[in-house]
Amino acid sequence: MITQYIIPCVIGGILLYGVAKGVNVFESFIEGAKEGLSVAVSILPTLVALMTCVGMFRASGALDVLTSLLAPLVEPFGVPKEVIPLGLLRPISGSGSLIMFEHLLQTYGADSLIGRVASVLQGSTETTFYTIAVYYSAIKVTKTRHTLVCALTADMVGFIMSSVTILYFFGR
Amino acid sequence: MMKWVFTGLIVCSVIFGMFSGNIEHVSNTALSECSKAVEFILKIAGSLCMWSGLMKIAEQSGLTTKMSKLLSPITRLLFHGLNPESKALRMISMNITANLFGLGNAATPLGIAAMKELAKDRPDTRAHIASNHMIMMVVLNTASIQLLPTTIALLRLEYGAANPMDVLPAILISSFVSLSIGIVFCKILNRMQLGLERETR
Repeated sequence: MITQYIIPCVIGGILLYGVAKGVNVFESFIEGAKEGLSVAVSILPTLVALMTCVGMFRASGALDVLTSLLAPLVEPFGVPKEVIPLGLLRPISGSGSLIMFEHLLQTYGADSLIGRVASVLQGSTETTFYTIAVYYSAIKVTKTRHTLVCALTADMVGFIMSSVTILYFFGR
Repeated sequence: MMKWVFTGLIVCSVIFGMFSGNIEHVSNTALSECSKAVEFILKIAGSLCMWSGLMKIAEQSGLTTKMSKLLSPITRLLFHGLNPESKALRMISMNITANLFGLGNAATPLGIAAMKELAKDRPDTRAHIASNHMIMMVVLNTASIQLLPTTIALLRLEYGAANPMDVLPAILISSFVSLSIGIVFCKILNRMQLGLERETR
């Protein structure tokens, strides 16, 4: 696949361009890498908090109950109820949703309605809570104002759109 | 906002775990997930360093300025009022580029760099409050703008899809609609200056 070439070419390209422009590429690289390391250290506490609370929520079984509560709300849009847990997990946990996505593909097949809707859902949204937590904790912002509202609205639209588009392209 | 999410989720799981009999599972998860967070950081620390290093080169060689010019019609619309020559806008453009190509590991350090630029030159009294540009930046990154969803195609192929990329149009339309709604919503709420007392953006 062509995508395998992207990363090596980007890395090589940046280095060559830097050398051509007379940048001391090794020194610059080390300087930047040091900054990267301090970012990794500074986001760790946030990540511990986030992964712990999401993990506990899933383990308690509360996620399953939430799923059955939400089912009547999203079913009018054609969302199969099997993908609701994925929709709930997608904004809060990247690894959790990936596992759930694999589970859906395995159980119902990649070319089933559920498999396709899950694919679109997985592909058209991101791990909202992780992004918010990491980006804001890096700059020590605690009042995030309407960030969460906007991001979750977008996620919800993506959730509904995932089955709307699949039903349009592939039918029932 | 995060403090409510954090307390809410944990209190819910404790209460729920007690009634559903899953409390032992909850307790085990609490202990295992926090060490998983450290494992995760260790896993991404290398690429975080590598991409930050490469971006330093890109920045010093003027590559980021070029990228930023290319994307300026879009970024100027989204980040209205931000100096087009600023380092913040250059970092934002690089972050968007990395996201388009699906380089999530590269996008995060770039995004954080952009956030740090946006956080500069703010009075100390407001340092803990998100600015309008910051919110737009985060909303962009919580949506997916990846042009080729390779991980999904790979998994679909693994689980027997006849044509793993046949969902691509649906994914692109769905992400476009969801992102647009997020942006419009953000623009409207930004204009209302919610959560701010007479800030001059």
